[in-house]
Amino acid sequence: MKLELTEEQQMIQALAREFAEKEVQPVAGRLDQEARFPHETVKRMGELGFLGIAVPEAYGGAGADPVAYVLALEEIAKVCASHAVIMSVNNSLYCDPVLKYGTEDQRRKFLTPFASGQKIGCFALTEPQAGSDASNQHTLAVPDGSRYVLNGRKAFVTNGREAAAALVVAQTDAAKGRHGISAFLVEKGTPGFLVPKVEDKLGIRASDTAEFVFEDCRVPAENRLGSEGMGFKIAMSSLDGGRIGIAAQALGIAAGAFERSVAYAKERKAFGVPIGQHQMVQWMLADMATAIDAARLLVWRAATLKGAGQPFGVEASMAKLFASEMAMKVTTDAIQVHGGYGYIKEFQVERYFRDAKITQIYEGTSQIQKLVIARHLLGTQ
Amino acid sequence: MKIVVAVKQVPDTATQVKIGADSKGIDPAGITWIVSPYDEFAVEEALRVKEKRGDGEVVVVTLGPERAKEALRTCLAMGADRAIHLNDPAWEAADSLAVSRALAAVIRQEGPQLVFFGRQAIDDDMGAVSTQVAEFLGWPCASWIMEETVAADASSVRVARQVEGGLEIFDIPLPCVLSAQKGLNEPRYPTLKGIMGAKKKEIRDVKAADLGLGADGPRLSVVALEGLPPRPPGRILSGEPAAAAKELVRSLREDAKAI
Repeated sequence: MKLELTEEQQMIQALAREFAEKEVQPVAGRLDQEARFPHETVKRMGELGFLGIAVPEAYGGAGADPVAYVLALEEIAKVCASHAVIMSVNNSLYCDPVLKYGTEDQRRKFLTPFASGQKIGCFALTEPQAGSDASNQHTLAVPDGSRYVLNGRKAFVTNGREAAAALVVAQTDAAKGRHGISAFLVEKGTPGFLVPKVEDKLGIRASDTAEFVFEDCRVPAENRLGSEGMGFKIAMSSLDGGRIGIAAQALGIAAGAFERSVAYAKERKAFGVPIGQHQMVQWMLADMATAIDAARLLVWRAATLKGAGQPFGVEASMAKLFASEMAMKVTTDAIQVHGGYGYIKEFQVERYFRDAKITQIYEGTSQIQKLVIARHLLGTQ
Repeated sequence: MKIVVAVKQVPDTATQVKIGADSKGIDPAGITWIVSPYDEFAVEEALRVKEKRGDGEVVVVTLGPERAKEALRTCLAMGADRAIHLNDPAWEAADSLAVSRALAAVIRQEGPQLVFFGRQAIDDDMGAVSTQVAEFLGWPCASWIMEETVAADASSVRVARQVEGGLEIFDIPLPCVLSAQKGLNEPRYPTLKGIMGAKKKEIRDVKAADLGLGADGPRLSVVALEGLPPRPPGRILSGEPAAAAKELVRSLREDAKAI
């Protein structure tokens, strides 16, 4: 076994760290408080290549690999979880499936501008009544000549307001259940594609989470991604990759809160010595460091498997389950290390605590990850 | 237009440098190595000259051990076209004069119209190499430049260099040597594409013999490195604020002679 990053991976990690610390750190707290989408820094992420990391250069991407992707995501999430999720969704839930399932024409139109960061994409699967129960799709796509007519409602779409196009999952043949689900690439501005609401959230407040409504929205048949009935498979395989991204985001959130905690433990004095000299605090820091490293190894393993073209779904679920639960615990303890100051916005660990929560929920709750893992263990479906 | 940029790999500015066991060098353990920040201004400026003119080649060169290749690769990731690594045990104890002689020899081989340096490397802060190289080449040189504009016909460059209270403007015929001061530009980040492409670019290893240079011993030898003396403890004035303020003013004026 070899645990060694390539020189390119190290350089990409260093670039992400420098970018995050110099350009994202100064604005992260403010963006969170104002719930403002970071147009400027997202544009910079695109220019640097962070929005299409593993997409080949021929389609506007950076041509790097999934390990470089998780390294960069961790560094960016250490500073701002909102930037990390914007990046993760565009890479994993939008560019990845368009690359994997798209035709050459679709890739040119719906991948190149998105991987190069000129536009951002989003993924619309969840519906008001279909969350963990994702195959319970009520959005309908009815063929009508050379088009499909979409009607329905999508909930909690990350990047939903800002995205120029959406990967939309809808039922084309309700009688076939999950095998009657198809995927579509729908451009913003298509008549009948409405964004009536942007959610006000606990965390990741600088990223936009929107609701979509489709009212007789006519989508050209050539915008169907994959064949009819393949939509659920496309969605699930995208989420496998997405889970690596969210695991890396959770890892970064925890690592960022941890770094702040170590710095604080060296500075803050109680009973005449820095609090880091008290065993109670040392205990917490040691537990945090160990859990973070364990999560990192799970994330790296899942990313390595994906990069090698091997099955990685269960490993991605394990990484996402462990990293998100770990992030919630570590950010809770980070506030504890900071004491009263941890509860105050100025010290920023409370932002990490609020941001951590969503990683246990989106792209498959912790409970769904356990289901995926258990099904794999027991060989059931 | 061909442009050569000379860079040096130095310890990261955040590194706590420790003196090595022999007291003549630093302890390399745990050091993160970077491209010296002034050299990044030099690379950036060279890339801008090339981009502005729409053609040309930027060649980065360094003298150093094997690890110095990382610095070259960073410059290639920023956009430089190829790199030359002066990599030979013969240069292990090289002083600034030996480094300058080697750089001058490789620059003569390359025959660029413009050579950029950083104003000094941030490790030993000698700041000697750019002027020594210009001397060896017999080319004009301007140090600590804040602005440059290459003439359209590539016959000369107008540079502004920092002097006390203002800028000094020169027209210098090409080829010439320039050294970059902070403020010349804001260096770009390497892009991910640049990082991924850097490996495909050439890094040519050059030995002393390739340049017709023998092993001449250093003219300058380090006798010893000494740490700074520990800082004396601060003084805390106690008592009533009004009296303490009075004592502070007296102390600043009479003891420290600061005001």
